[in-house]
Amino acid sequence: MKRQPIGPLDYARRWPLRLWVGAVLLFLYLPLASLILFSFNDSRRTIRWEGFTLDWYGRMMNDGALIDAFINSLTIAALSTMVSVVLGAMTAIALWRFRFPGRGLFDGAVTLPIVVPEICMGVAMLVFFGQVLPWPRDLAWPFDLGAIVIAHITFSFPFVAVVVRARLASFNREMEEAARDLGAGEMRALLDVLLPHIRPALVAGALLAFTLSLDDFVITFFTAGPNTVTFPVKIYSMVRFSVTPEVNAASTVLMAITVILTLLAMKLQGRELAKIEQGH
Amino acid sequence: MTTKPLIRFENVSKHFGNFIAVDDVTLDVHEGEFFTLLGPSGCGKTTLLRMLAGLEMPTSGRILLGGVDMTAAPPNKRPVNMVFQSYAVFPHLSVADNVAYGLKIDRVPRPERDERVAEALRLVKLEDFAARKPDQLSGGQRQRVALARALVKRPRVLLLDEPLSALDAKLREAMRAELAAIQQQVGVTFVMVTHDQDEALAMASRCALMNRGQLQQVAAPADLYEYPANRFVADFIGTINMIEGTLGVDEPDHAAVTSDALDVPVFVDHGVTGAPGTPVWVGIRPEKIALTQIDQPRPTGPAAMPHANVTSGVIVRSAYQGAVTLHDVETATGTVLKVSHVNGERAAAAALPVGASVWLSWPPRAPVVMLG
Repeated sequence: MKRQPIGPLDYARRWPLRLWVGAVLLFLYLPLASLILFSFNDSRRTIRWEGFTLDWYGRMMNDGALIDAFINSLTIAALSTMVSVVLGAMTAIALWRFRFPGRGLFDGAVTLPIVVPEICMGVAMLVFFGQVLPWPRDLAWPFDLGAIVIAHITFSFPFVAVVVRARLASFNREMEEAARDLGAGEMRALLDVLLPHIRPALVAGALLAFTLSLDDFVITFFTAGPNTVTFPVKIYSMVRFSVTPEVNAASTVLMAITVILTLLAMKLQGRELAKIEQGH
Repeated sequence: MTTKPLIRFENVSKHFGNFIAVDDVTLDVHEGEFFTLLGPSGCGKTTLLRMLAGLEMPTSGRILLGGVDMTAAPPNKRPVNMVFQSYAVFPHLSVADNVAYGLKIDRVPRPERDERVAEALRLVKLEDFAARKPDQLSGGQRQRVALARALVKRPRVLLLDEPLSALDAKLREAMRAELAAIQQQVGVTFVMVTHDQDEALAMASRCALMNRGQLQQVAAPADLYEYPANRFVADFIGTINMIEGTLGVDEPDHAAVTSDALDVPVFVDHGVTGAPGTPVWVGIRPEKIALTQIDQPRPTGPAAMPHANVTSGVIVRSAYQGAVTLHDVETATGTVLKVSHVNGERAAAAALPVGASVWLSWPPRAPVVMLG
């Protein structure tokens, strides 16, 4: 095929822009790439490439404390996600559907946790669970994770609310009216018509909440006790001793899970949206 | 009509804040009618329909359905169903499930439900599309789904909110006929909202014309066109030449209006209830004015007043519309009258070109005299 001449708006085909994009990508991903690369390095020191190995991953798998931390993280993420999705969806629907006094204030207050610096949230949680409402000590697993779960819900559910609300904006109110007209009560109309419409947003919001919870270090650090160490907190404590390739391996695993979940969320949202949009 | 009205609006008003959407409307709709609510956008016709469906609550007044006060009943407790402007077909359900939705809520047993769904789909000619999802349907087909979904509930009244506005011109024509046929077949009372006067005239058995929240006239389509109650109605329905004048003669069997806009009086063969000297408006439809070339003999006026109803002018503009040509004719007084001329024979060149002088004449039954 003959090459088309470069059009006036074909910036992506001009070399200065391509060079610039390349530089940006390098800047963004070189540190991450090196982290992943050296997790496969057959050397205790991490600066020189000595050969390929999976030893560090094996060692990681046999590290009981690390695995415990990993299980804690997954449990916290699962619990906080479930609550966040319900709470976030309800918040979004309430803000979208109803006019009530203090609505503006509520709207602002809900999204505040997104912008409040994490360190402040962390300290606030520390003070709250330390002095205002201490979480009982020495509970059996998984109840000892309660404080962390609550902390994670506070910062994840606003994200769910934001995603669901964006989706609600495209909802055709006549759908709900049609359901009512055909005999459905208020609640039934909501469940039959509104819920299917926001389902992609619920899935995306859930995956978002899950990855946020899994990754979180700052807020967790302030709420975690000696028996409730999460994966990121554990990695941090490992680094304090020495940066071994085992830390690289653990970080790589965490990153891989996050990336996969995010991609899944994007894909699900994209496909479901495309499918439903055609219906309008 | 002697039958009890099926729907009765009693002094119904609806305010949205300071805006009065519907202003003291009293209206009866009878069993089996194809009733249309017509009017410009924002006239309150959709609000009236939505109040009937229970989707809006009147600020004051009552709505009765079959003699029962339904003013406060929620939409799911009313024996009416609606076809929405956007069709509002549920995108996540198949065509058959969409139609079955209302029956499922009513807990209609499975065999009967399946039968009624099939019957409704047959009625709208979608029996081969039962398993399809709405995104695999065209706009016209989606509308049929909405129609079947509402009719399957066997409502006492079917409400249609601008049902044809989203369809292209050809399909709209076809759907007009089909909707009318379906109404005949099922015998359900239809109440349809539209801003399209052609649609309203072609489909309705009776029509209510609204403006600014108030009813202007409720009548059969032909009455609305030929006997408009006021200037708004005359102007909104079709094209009309409006002439302001004063009542000169007013006898029981004839009347004449003089106007500065015309050099001859306008004679009508009926009385107008008003004293001579009353300011009135005269409307004459373009198709009711005859056009002849000036070299032809002068058309004769009415026997009682031979100089009336005949004048002359010059064609200043012509709009060829295929079946007819709409001429703008300027008379000696400077008034421009719209006159339509049927193109009864094929001819490449216009029989009456721009610049031609012509006679204009109209029979005594053509003009409509309005007091307001």
